[in-house]
Amino acid sequence: MISLAGRDILHAWGKFVFTGVGLGLLIGVTLIMAGVYRGMVDDAKVLLDNSGADLWVVQKDTLGPYAESSSVYDDLWRSIRGIPGVANAANVTYLTMQVRQGERDVRAMVTGIGADGPGTPGWPPYLVDGRQITRGHYEAVADAATGFKLGDRLKIRRNIYTVVGLTRRMVSSNGDPMVFIPLKDAQEAQFLKDNDAIRQQRRRTSENPVFNNPGTPGVLDAVIASQTSSPYVNAVLVQVERAHAPEDVAQAIRRWQRLTVYTRAQMEAILVGKLIATSAKQIGMFLVILAVVSAAIVAFIIYTLTIGKIREIAVLKLIGTRNRTIAAMILKQAIALGTIGFVVGKISATFGAPYFPKHVLLVPKDSVAGFAAVVAICILSSIVAIHAALKVDPAEAIGG
Amino acid sequence: MTQKGILIKGLKKRYGSGDTAVDALKTVDMSVGPGEVVGLIGPSGSGKSTLLKCLGAVIEPTAGQMALGDELIYDDAWKVRDIRALRRDRIGFVFQAPYLIPFLDVTDNVALPSMLAGRSNSDARSRAMELLRALDVHHRAKAMPAQLSGGEQQRVAIARGLVNQPPVILADEPTAPLDSQRALAVIRILNDMAQKFETAIIVVTHDEKIIPTFKRIYHIRDGVTYEEKGEGRGFD
Repeated sequence: MISLAGRDILHAWGKFVFTGVGLGLLIGVTLIMAGVYRGMVDDAKVLLDNSGADLWVVQKDTLGPYAESSSVYDDLWRSIRGIPGVANAANVTYLTMQVRQGERDVRAMVTGIGADGPGTPGWPPYLVDGRQITRGHYEAVADAATGFKLGDRLKIRRNIYTVVGLTRRMVSSNGDPMVFIPLKDAQEAQFLKDNDAIRQQRRRTSENPVFNNPGTPGVLDAVIASQTSSPYVNAVLVQVERAHAPEDVAQAIRRWQRLTVYTRAQMEAILVGKLIATSAKQIGMFLVILAVVSAAIVAFIIYTLTIGKIREIAVLKLIGTRNRTIAAMILKQAIALGTIGFVVGKISATFGAPYFPKHVLLVPKDSVAGFAAVVAICILSSIVAIHAALKVDPAEAIGG
Repeated sequence: MTQKGILIKGLKKRYGSGDTAVDALKTVDMSVGPGEVVGLIGPSGSGKSTLLKCLGAVIEPTAGQMALGDELIYDDAWKVRDIRALRRDRIGFVFQAPYLIPFLDVTDNVALPSMLAGRSNSDARSRAMELLRALDVHHRAKAMPAQLSGGEQQRVAIARGLVNQPPVILADEPTAPLDSQRALAVIRILNDMAQKFETAIIVVTHDEKIIPTFKRIYHIRDGVTYEEKGEGRGFD
């Protein structure tokens, strides 16, 4: 038996192809939306992977340093390093801001890293060009996604930094590229007040008789000095010795330092479950809407194509075609339309993804699930058309 | 071998029930032998289409008898279980418009009923080619219906009606869209095919041009048939 669906598609291939292309662009947008979600999850994991940390020590009862603000003293790392099972510990600061370069600025996560050198938690694990930071001030390593080049001069707050190295796929959980600078500079950038505010604070301190007591002349200078320097970092990143379980070490830090400590799994749960949860729901809503729109388009097209063949269907029934043959013809056409749409969508998503400002991660699992969803939608969408076709009376071919 | 032809006795068809009941067919008696082409003529609303639908097993009569060859297929109820197979294998249809399937070429349009009957594609196509040759449209075998003239389309439709060698063919105004010359050509083809394949052909028509060609004519008026001897001109 010949394939009626195949012959009809070949006969009206233009209609199928153009409809399929239209549907495909819609499917492409759907795949991109799924890719944006995957990209957000991937960015979160990349952030954790690239930090090189097994544990994140943050301010007590906060979800820092990524999901909430967190401040801990910058000398805390010394006492943490002394806890059994800790291989390494390093301070880190994170500050998302606009980094200026000439006339343009780039949204980036400025990361302050300690002076211990590559391999220390928080440092970029690899470079694609240039070198790591070697000076204590005014050097930067930037992610290639910032668009900065070696030798570029960046302005962060009031200071100018020279890009000495470039890295890749070092992004925040929001997908903002990272710029690494020395910790001291980052602390200053994070906590530095403007000149007016500093002047106001000095005035208020000097007017306080407790600090400005003529009998104890050194107190005022000491207080002012403490106010203008920052002893805080956002977190201490900890590497655990191989022989120790991260959770055991985390428990020890919690007990002795009275701080909140997150393991890798806990931090991932915070980033994926809390930080990008709203975005994920938003994307989920869009996916549902796009699926409904796709279903409506397929249903409308297949229904229109079927209604346009009512007389032929009546003739087919009159000459003895089984209902299931006619239903199969419509079903196959719907699936063919979906398949054309999916192929177009997959190709357009694959080629379009790199041009999106956010990281779009197209994973084969989503493509397989997407194709299954498209086929399911096409099957459901063809039900109306099949129902209409099966209701056709063969007597319509005779007329009268 | 099964005797061919169609025999109808006291066929009735009532639509609706009670006060709103309409007797579309009151008493229909017809017999068409193998190789015979008869005309069925009647004004609009006389019951022609209803009769054609009953004969074509598209709708069920209310009462009466119908026999195809020596097999009683209706006796106040259908006597065959698979009505779809009855239509497919034992009744051929030719319509006012050819109603060819636009996405199948000429060969497959003709071969389709045969394929639906379970024959292999190659058998069905070779049978279709025989008929196309007999109807002199074999040179258009690979053409699509839209590429054919009206006369060619009607000949292809006749071939489709004949492909399963049904004992009866029902032709519903097959010459309506054609000019005199082509209309007479179609009737000539139907006569030739009726004789060649021993098929009984009932031609429903209003076409004054072709009425004189029938040897026998059934008139239908208010759901009742009357037989009349026709002129039978032109095909002896």
